[in-house]
Amino acid sequence: MRIPSPEAFAKRIVASVQEYSLLTWHAVAAIFSRPRYTDDTFTQMDSVGFGSLPIVILTGFFTGCVLTLQSATSLKQFGAVNMTGRLVALSMVKELGPVLTGLMVSGRNASGMASELGSMKVSEQIDAMRALGTDPVRKLVTPRVVATVTMMFFLTIVSDACGIAGGALVAVGLLGLQGGVFFHTAFRSLVFGDVVEGLAKPLFSGFIIATIGCFYGLRTTGGTQGVGRSTTQAVVVSSVLIILFDFLVTKLMIGFFGR
Amino acid sequence: MATPAPALARPILEPGMPVVEFSHVNLSFDRGPVLRDISFTVRHGEMRIILGPAGVGKSVIMKLANGLITPDSGEIRIFGRLLSDMSPREMYEMRAHIGMVFQESALFDSLNVEDNVAYRLEEEHCDPTEIHTRVVEALRFVELEQAINKFPSELSGGMRRRVSIARAIISKPDLILYDSPTGGLDPITSTTIIELIVKQRDVSLTTSLLITHRIQDAFTLATHRYNETTNHMELIPNGGIAPSTEFLVLNEGRIVFDGTTQELTNTTDDWLRAFVS
Repeated sequence: MRIPSPEAFAKRIVASVQEYSLLTWHAVAAIFSRPRYTDDTFTQMDSVGFGSLPIVILTGFFTGCVLTLQSATSLKQFGAVNMTGRLVALSMVKELGPVLTGLMVSGRNASGMASELGSMKVSEQIDAMRALGTDPVRKLVTPRVVATVTMMFFLTIVSDACGIAGGALVAVGLLGLQGGVFFHTAFRSLVFGDVVEGLAKPLFSGFIIATIGCFYGLRTTGGTQGVGRSTTQAVVVSSVLIILFDFLVTKLMIGFFGR
Repeated sequence: MATPAPALARPILEPGMPVVEFSHVNLSFDRGPVLRDISFTVRHGEMRIILGPAGVGKSVIMKLANGLITPDSGEIRIFGRLLSDMSPREMYEMRAHIGMVFQESALFDSLNVEDNVAYRLEEEHCDPTEIHTRVVEALRFVELEQAINKFPSELSGGMRRRVSIARAIISKPDLILYDSPTGGLDPITSTTIIELIVKQRDVSLTTSLLITHRIQDAFTLATHRYNETTNHMELIPNGGIAPSTEFLVLNEGRIVFDGTTQELTNTTDDWLRAFVS
C-alpha cells in the first residue's frame, strides 16, 4: 500500500471537511425552500424512529438495571443506598440515555443510510436522479436529517424512561429498596438544566448520524467494496463525533446551568 | 409526495437552432487530461453519434452536457443557455427537458417499473390518472407494457435498458442522451434497442446524442429509418442515409472526426479507416 504524503493527507482531510460542510449547508437550506419531500421525511421517521425503538428500549432498560446494581453496591458502603434513584436518574437523563441512544441509532441508521445511498451512488442512481431533475440532497439527505433529529429527541426520552424503569425494577426486585424512595429521590434530583442538557444532546447526535451517514454514502466509490467501506466509516466517524459533541455540550451546559 | 416547486418553462426550439454547443472544453481528472479542446454543435432534430475507443471520455461528454460534471475550461450551451451561468435550481429545471439513458440503465431498484417510468411526472405533480396513461403509453413504445408491475431485479438487461428509454422519453424531452444503450447486450436485443432509438428519432424528431462502441449499431442508425405503417425499422432505399444523423469520433480525448456518414465512410485518415472498418 502506498503511504500518502503529509501534504496530500492534509489536503484530503480539508477537502472532506469542506465537502461535508457544503452538504450539511445544502441539506439544512433545503428545509426552507421548495420542493419539500414530506412523504420521504415521514417514511424516514418511521424507519429511524419506530425501527430503532426495540434496540433503544432494550439498551435503555438494561443500562438502567446494571447502573442500579453497580451504584447501589458502591453507595451501600457510604450508607447512601437510598440515593440510588438520584444517581440512576441523573446518569440516565444527562448522559447515558442520550449517548447510548445516539450510539445505538448510529450503529443502526448511519450504516443503513451510508449503505443505501452508497449502493445508489455506485449504480448511478444518484446521477439518474440528478438527470431526472431531482436534487439528491433535497430528496435524500434533508428528509433523513429532519427525521433523525426529530426522532432522536423522542427516542432519548423513551430510553431515559426505560432506564429509570429498569433501575427501579432492580432496586425493588433485587436490592429490596422501596420503590417510592427510588422515584422520589430520582424526581427530586432532576432540575430544568439537567433535562435541557439531556434533550439537547440527541439533537446534535441526530444531526451527526444523518449527515455523516449520507455524506459517506454519497461519496462512495469502488463498487460493493466501497459501499462496505463507507458503511464502516459512517458508523466509526458518527460514533466518535457523538461522544465528542457529548463532551462539548456537557461543557457548554455546565457553563450555562452550573451543574 | 413532494411540495411542488415552481412550474418549469419548456425551451423554445426552432429548426436548425443549436441545442448542444461545446466550445473549447477541457477536463482533467486525477489521472490526467480526459478531454482536450472539445468543440462541436448538435442542432435541433439532429442525432449525433459519438464513437471512440473505450475510456476516451465519451460518457464524460454526456455528463458534461447534462451538467452532472463541470469542465475545467471552455463553454457548454444547452438550449442556447450557458451552463456555467445557471444556478443549481435552473440546472435542475433544464434537466427536466433532457432525457438520459445510462450505460447500466440506472433504474431505481426500490421502485417498480411503473414508478421508475413515472418518476419525473410524479416530481412534476401531474394528475395520477394522466401519469398512469402516459406510463402505459411510454411502455407500449418500448413494448414492455406487460412488465409494468415488475421490479428492476426481475428484468433482463435488455428489458432494463428499454425501461430506461421509456423513463427518458415519458416527459417528451427536447434532447435525449443515450450513453451506450446497447452496451453489454446480445445482438438481437441490441437491434431492438436501436429500432426504438430510430423510432424516437424519426417519429418524435427528438435531438439526441448517442454513444456506442458498436460500429455496426452506428451504421444501422445512419442507414435505417422507421416505417410507421409497418411499425418496423427498414433500410433506407438506394443506399440512402438518414440526413439528420452525423458522427463525432474521439481519440485520446480529442475530436478526430466531426461530420456526416458519407464523410466518415470516405475518410482518408488511416486511424479512422482502421477504426470504422
